[in-house]
Amino acid sequence: MTSSGYLIRSASLLGKETADILVRDGVIAAVGQDLSAEIVGQATVIDATNLVALPGMVDLHTHLREPGREDAETVETGTRAAALGGFTAVHAMANSSPVADTAGVVEQVYTLGRESGWVDVRPVGAVTVGLAGAQLAELGAMADSRARVRVFSDDGICVSDPVLMRRALEYVKAFDGVIAQHAQEPRLTEGAQMNEGEVSADLGLAGWPAVAEESIIARDVLLAQHVGSRLHVCHVSTAGSVEIIRWAKERGISVTAEVTPHHLLLTEELVRSYNPVYKVNPPLRADADVHALRAALADGTIDIVGTDHAPHPSEAKECEWAAAAMGMTGLETALSVVQETMIETNLMTWADFARVTSTTPAQIGQLADQGRPLEVGEPANIVLVDPAARWTVDPSAMATKGRNSPFAGLQLPGKVIATFFNGHPTVLSGMLNTPYRHGAN
Amino acid sequence: MRHLLSTEQLSLENAIQILDTAQEMSAVGEREIKKLPALRGRTVVNLFFEDSTRTRISFEAAAKRLSADVINFSAKGSSVSKGESLKDTAQTLEAMSADAVVIRHWASGAPAQLANSGWIDAAVINAGDGTHAHPTQALLDAFTMRAHWAKLAGTSSVGADLSGMRVIIVGDVLHSRVARSNVWLLRTLGAHVTLVAPPTLLPVGIEHWPCEVSYDLDAALEKGVDAVMMLRVQAERMNASFFPSTREYARRWGFDDSRLAKLDALNLKDTIIMHPGPMNRGLEISSAAADSPRSTVLAQVRNGVSVRMATLYLLLSGEMRQSHAPSPLPSVKDPS
Amino acid sequence: MTNSSAEYEAVQQNSAPLTVSRVVLSAGDIERALTRIAYEILESNKGSANLLLLGIPRRGYPLAQRLAAKLAASDPGIDPAAIVGQLDVTMFRDDLAQHPTRAPQRTELPVSGIDGKTVVLVDDVLYSGRTIRAALDALVDLGRPRVVRLAVLVDRGHRELPIRADHVGKNLPTSSTEKVRVRLSEIDGGSAADDQVVIEAGA
Repeated sequence: MTSSGYLIRSASLLGKETADILVRDGVIAAVGQDLSAEIVGQATVIDATNLVALPGMVDLHTHLREPGREDAETVETGTRAAALGGFTAVHAMANSSPVADTAGVVEQVYTLGRESGWVDVRPVGAVTVGLAGAQLAELGAMADSRARVRVFSDDGICVSDPVLMRRALEYVKAFDGVIAQHAQEPRLTEGAQMNEGEVSADLGLAGWPAVAEESIIARDVLLAQHVGSRLHVCHVSTAGSVEIIRWAKERGISVTAEVTPHHLLLTEELVRSYNPVYKVNPPLRADADVHALRAALADGTIDIVGTDHAPHPSEAKECEWAAAAMGMTGLETALSVVQETMIETNLMTWADFARVTSTTPAQIGQLADQGRPLEVGEPANIVLVDPAARWTVDPSAMATKGRNSPFAGLQLPGKVIATFFNGHPTVLSGMLNTPYRHGAN
Repeated sequence: MRHLLSTEQLSLENAIQILDTAQEMSAVGEREIKKLPALRGRTVVNLFFEDSTRTRISFEAAAKRLSADVINFSAKGSSVSKGESLKDTAQTLEAMSADAVVIRHWASGAPAQLANSGWIDAAVINAGDGTHAHPTQALLDAFTMRAHWAKLAGTSSVGADLSGMRVIIVGDVLHSRVARSNVWLLRTLGAHVTLVAPPTLLPVGIEHWPCEVSYDLDAALEKGVDAVMMLRVQAERMNASFFPSTREYARRWGFDDSRLAKLDALNLKDTIIMHPGPMNRGLEISSAAADSPRSTVLAQVRNGVSVRMATLYLLLSGEMRQSHAPSPLPSVKDPS
Repeated sequence: MTNSSAEYEAVQQNSAPLTVSRVVLSAGDIERALTRIAYEILESNKGSANLLLLGIPRRGYPLAQRLAAKLAASDPGIDPAAIVGQLDVTMFRDDLAQHPTRAPQRTELPVSGIDGKTVVLVDDVLYSGRTIRAALDALVDLGRPRVVRLAVLVDRGHRELPIRADHVGKNLPTSSTEKVRVRLSEIDGGSAADDQVVIEAGA
């Protein structure tokens, strides 16, 4: 093991000034101009000329499927995909089988993540037992477990019972947790297949109206205000939701919000193909919604990007639209889609990118070692990006088991060249290197 | 045109060609020998994922009059219910060398998926998909209207469109594939369409459809109308709060005896009453209306065979297959 | 078939300067050929009794009408409209899967029907014989004529089936790369004086 470290030469820090970064013993040992002299013993030199150095990305919303749906994804394959996508931490959603609603399951997922060693795997705990929306899961036990769960969500299903939602918001204050709500009024979306509007009228597909999302968000921000709790809204998808969150933030309500890369780029027009790869929950919306989401991410109304990476086996997508599973893969395309929609459009800088993909998600998830600045003494979770590269999305070439990428065939900017996780390169030259071994480094 | 999936993309030229060909096909039905050899040796599969004896029989008669071999595949009572996928079923049909697949499916878009998936090479004819489209029904409705108009004018219907005709379509537009297909086809043929329904049974987003919308059947009739098309009210809508009761529905949106009398009072002596069947007598249409000389219900059934013969003939011979350009997936729309 | 009007028009519009075409029958030639055929028909039928002329769309039909008019001119007892019909053979062709779709044309028979009649099929150009084969099949579905005969304006050879014409306006030896164009005012417009049959050399 070469413990002598890595010298990253001439990287553009957050897209701004150029400097060398010396990585040693899992931390950033030095940052400055020409650090060759600082090398002690042997160090691997990585030429990062024209590359942007960013803090490792943190995903607050990943479906790793294990335990239970290893045919769709495993912790191993999902975290390989994460590393390739520039992530150093992912939050594994609770809708596995069995559901991550006990200390036992979250510790299992946490351990699988540690053994894989590609990224930090932080389990999300279910809010209610079995995601059934009837009874609170043992939130405290999960918080106290080795997995130290701080984010709780029934994602995939809305905590629609207002009393249960209120209790959950209140209860997690005991260990400074946060409830991440999947905002979807269930009665308004029975049998829903796509955004309700002109396209659903033409296609004869049952509509998923924007109001089903917005009414839950409105209720939840008022509940959060009433009980003085922290609320996180998953995958905001409509212009109306943005307005409600903006209003809540102006009132000082403690709410954070997330948007997915696919909702920043794609619209419901794609559904006209009836290709189930475009089926997702919440659904792809209209043009005006996409514009509003981009503006909200740029102005801080929406705090973070979460991938909602949702791999499915091919048979779940090679079928009738109405029978197909909802969800899209996203870990390996997130950086490129956000660059395409937010940076190439001059709505955001790379520093803003670091805030919405790393700093803020790490704060929401309370990950002390993630989302840190690129400064001396900080944990060396770093991603090097070639912003000038362009590549064509090919789902069959991805590390995730899921082939359900809605970006297949698109040409996108930005390529992850290297990912450092705890000072160890999990990705080098754009390809998987070796995992980080906990305790070995 | 390689497949018939919906009427939205059907050009005026293709629509008229189908109607004109159906006109010639209808003459065959009046002959002693009601069979033509045009599709001899070709295989037409009726792939029905949803029961519809009427539609299946109509397609079967059409294919047989053109001498095609017909295979009826009722996917409801077969391996599909045990979980066989649309893909596997399609590939089975492909292995059996089907030349055309007539598909009826409970899921909107299933015929389009079949046509665009690359799973099969056969021509795909949509015989009704979910709440999306039912193009041959719209074509037989248009055929019926055109024949009625030609008869009134004392001219040949060949080559004619429906410009100037006023059509109102009444009922559960939200869940109706018949209404959707008619709106687009009648637009193409130049007719003026008004949809009449309770507000709960109209889709959000209807504003951009090429038609007028009204909640008031009597007001729509009073504006003058050449054809009134009544849609079937499905039983499962009756207890889902789309309307308070069947009695109230019948009173406000049913074609009852008083509205039948109203046509006479308005001196609309040539107005026809249409229904795709099967009818709920006493709900959306009264028996007197259904059995009146204005009713074209049986003519619609008869014309269905001719229209389906025309569709099969045109899709399975020559030009339409050759001029096939695969419909590309819409490209990802970048709103920036 | 090589004589559809669409192709005719296409050639008219696109005729490259190098295309060599020569007129083989003028309007007058056509007129005289039809007159002769009319007499042959009467002779072989020993009169006009039970005679029926069925034109094959598109150009066979106006030819049948012209023949009927000539028969009526020689025999005042004949009502030309009552002895002419149109027989569409589209649905009976053996090449439907290969060729551009033809919209079927109307089949119209005289009210007398065809049972027991002497039916003369009339077409413009006899070539492979496949159209006539299809016409014989179409006839069978409509009834049982006593005799079926065939009259054509031009026989250009290259038969692919054992079929021959009873009455021929002109035998025209051709190469299979050549195209025979028949122009009739009823179908192609213009004046009857411009009617003609043309041979075009292949490209």
